[in-house]
Amino acid sequence: MTSSIHSLPGADDIHRVELPNGIVVLARANFNSPSVVISGYLLAGGLLDPDEKLGLADFVSSALMRGTHQREFQKIYDELESVGASFGYNSGTHYTGFGGRSLVEDLPLLLDVMTDTLQNPTFPADQVEKLRAQMLTGLAIRAQDTSDMASLTFDQLLYDGHPYSRPDEGWPETVQAITLDDLAEFHRRYYGPRGMVIAVVGAVEPEKAAEEVEHMLGSWQNEVQEDAPELPAFEPPAKTVQRHHAIPGKSQSDIVMGTHGPKRSDPEYMSVSLGNNILGQFGLMGRIGYVVREQSGLAYYAHSNLSTGIGPGAWYVSAGVNPSNIDKAIALIAQELKRYADEGVTPEELSDSQANFIGRLPLSLESNRGVTGSIINIERYDLGLDYYRQYADLVRAVTVDDVRESAQKYIDPERLVIATAGP
Amino acid sequence: MTETITQTTLSNGMKVLLKEIHTAPLVSSWVWYRVGSRDEVNGRTGISHWVEHMQFKGTPQFPANMLDKAISREGGMWNAFTFLDWTTYFETMPADKIDMGLRLEADRMVNSMFDEDEVASERTVVISEREGNENEPHFLLGEAVQGAAFRVHAYHHEIIGDMADLHSMTRDDLYTHYKTYYTPNNAVMAVAGDFETKEMLARIKELYEPIPAGGEPPRLSRQEPEQKGEIRLSIEGPGETTYVQVCYRFPNASHPDFFPLAVLDSLLAGPSNLNFFGGGISNKTSRLYRALVDKDLAVSVYGGAQATVDPFMYNVSMTIHPQRKPEEALSALDDEIKRIQDEIVSEDEITRAMKQARAIFAYGSENVTNQGFWMGYAEMFADYDWFLTYLDRLAAVTPAEVQRVAQQYLRTRSRVVGTYIPTGGEA
Repeated sequence: MTSSIHSLPGADDIHRVELPNGIVVLARANFNSPSVVISGYLLAGGLLDPDEKLGLADFVSSALMRGTHQREFQKIYDELESVGASFGYNSGTHYTGFGGRSLVEDLPLLLDVMTDTLQNPTFPADQVEKLRAQMLTGLAIRAQDTSDMASLTFDQLLYDGHPYSRPDEGWPETVQAITLDDLAEFHRRYYGPRGMVIAVVGAVEPEKAAEEVEHMLGSWQNEVQEDAPELPAFEPPAKTVQRHHAIPGKSQSDIVMGTHGPKRSDPEYMSVSLGNNILGQFGLMGRIGYVVREQSGLAYYAHSNLSTGIGPGAWYVSAGVNPSNIDKAIALIAQELKRYADEGVTPEELSDSQANFIGRLPLSLESNRGVTGSIINIERYDLGLDYYRQYADLVRAVTVDDVRESAQKYIDPERLVIATAGP
Repeated sequence: MTETITQTTLSNGMKVLLKEIHTAPLVSSWVWYRVGSRDEVNGRTGISHWVEHMQFKGTPQFPANMLDKAISREGGMWNAFTFLDWTTYFETMPADKIDMGLRLEADRMVNSMFDEDEVASERTVVISEREGNENEPHFLLGEAVQGAAFRVHAYHHEIIGDMADLHSMTRDDLYTHYKTYYTPNNAVMAVAGDFETKEMLARIKELYEPIPAGGEPPRLSRQEPEQKGEIRLSIEGPGETTYVQVCYRFPNASHPDFFPLAVLDSLLAGPSNLNFFGGGISNKTSRLYRALVDKDLAVSVYGGAQATVDPFMYNVSMTIHPQRKPEEALSALDDEIKRIQDEIVSEDEITRAMKQARAIFAYGSENVTNQGFWMGYAEMFADYDWFLTYLDRLAAVTPAEVQRVAQQYLRTRSRVVGTYIPTGGEA
């Protein structure tokens, strides 16, 4: 059998290079399939959007693939799709991410399309209008989606007054307000090599992959590249707040309720993460799933989520229920959150989740995409190249007391945020 | 594709397929049953899917909570899916723990309890699942189109079943369905990953061969009669977005026309991704995208077919541009279909479709779960050779065949056109 420790990425098989212009390149080989994945990010997220043009970063990232000085829209996609490759951008709050894959023989093409669209987008007017119509349709569909609207409402309540309260895709009126000049200006000010990270994983020698990236992107400079502003301070709501977003005509309502959570870099991250697994993920959705789905039959899905990153995280339960069962489900979930904060978890629950975290690691690192995501995670949060080799020890070091303390640090049953969307 | 697998049939009729893959310390084990919504009569629609839910409710040996705890503790991934023609269960686990998955599946092939209280609690869970689906315009439209396309064949209803039946089915209905179709002679086992074939086969025999064969499971054989004219329908619901779904008749997966049609689909709507795990590619250079989205008639268009036992559907789904009418998009679709029926496609276009398929297969081979999936999946509607020879058979497709199948299958008189008409945000 294959030795499991050997298959985890580490310092001896992740090739890491920092190019003179600031781009960090990570590469790891996997010759089991003749394919390759690239993925990464730049420091150009929705945080940089003015309120009245919210959605700008998202718009720019989508528009990169709509035409460059060398290639029109159809040519970009003709080159990719003709060889079964894919590539695209997406924008979040802090970052604009990119990702794609191809057969390994087409890696040069993938890198070429990436370089060209990153550096030379032209934002053609007709393509921008097509994209705008697609984005507006996307927002109209979002407005009808009970799960999306409950999440959006939750963020507005939890992060009231903080930039995280804003949806990165914006609103119909802010997307309408974005001009061609706005797109070009955003690209000029925020797209640049400083802070950019790219990972290449697949059937290619890591050194060669890094050389190819350097060949394509090593000369990229942006003298005027600006940094994102500092995040303001954050305080969760002082008492429980609840809001319903009405979407008439729907047969199911969504609930998103919870509170804030740690940053990825906080020392209690692992305790909270293990605790969250016990609360609403382990097995068939942990304690929450057991109470709401298995015991009460109230929902097809009911689970907890932990969203962590650069800034203050969110820790919340999601459930889809019949509109007549909203109050009942909220009461059950609130009761479980209180029990979790008051009593913590049992040693058996903790050891189950620790085993789960350690055992599932090889599975999460099986595909090129899985490995790419993991090594980007290492870079983004400065976890160290041997993070996945040390992971089991980090998981096992968490105690029942750690979980209880971290639960009490975040979950206050008197200060919950409760958002619902439905008829 | 050349690869070696071991195929055998146990004395009780259960087919077993094994494929060693030593790239990661993982094994993916799948048990497939030939039962799905095609085996359901009115009054019991959705029963196969509900039985699948009940299979997670425990046996005397593995009570409900013990099961998922045991698998999760080992870091395993497990799940189940119900489709038109089949129901499948899988566990992907660290290689040295897969025995638990093998034991569990052998046990719940015969020993699930279907406790009355569990049935009652799962009834509302399945109803909630259906209510969640009903929130989606695509579900509502798809259900209406499928119902119109199949009046006689049991493909007419959604896999989740009709709400009326979810309210009325009983524990005994469910248990009878389970006992009728969950037999080794109606099952296929497929295991892929980091194991030694000889040992694995011995263990499978030890666990599964004692399970006695059942009777030949009953099959409905109500063939759908030929459609005599285009059917148009509309449904109304909340929102601001108009959707159109056009469904044509499509042959079963073992039919030789499936392959020229796969090329046709690739040209029209972009290559369909048949992988279960491991994504596909975009379709922005496909003929329909260029005719509809590039021309501002739609904001997205997708097409695709399923590999099925009996003839099913080829669907084209369009999200209409907010400033356009659905008739305009439909008319552009008709023009493109006429073009591919009238003008012979080039060899280059077929070569391109071939390369796309080759890439999609390579992406799918990155994980053992998808490889386990393919062995059993292909057995459900053909056999594993179907998968192994897929690329060769695509490569053998000629431009003339593409034209012929376009003329034969993409006919207006045998299609259903469904429109979701939005009634606004304040429905």
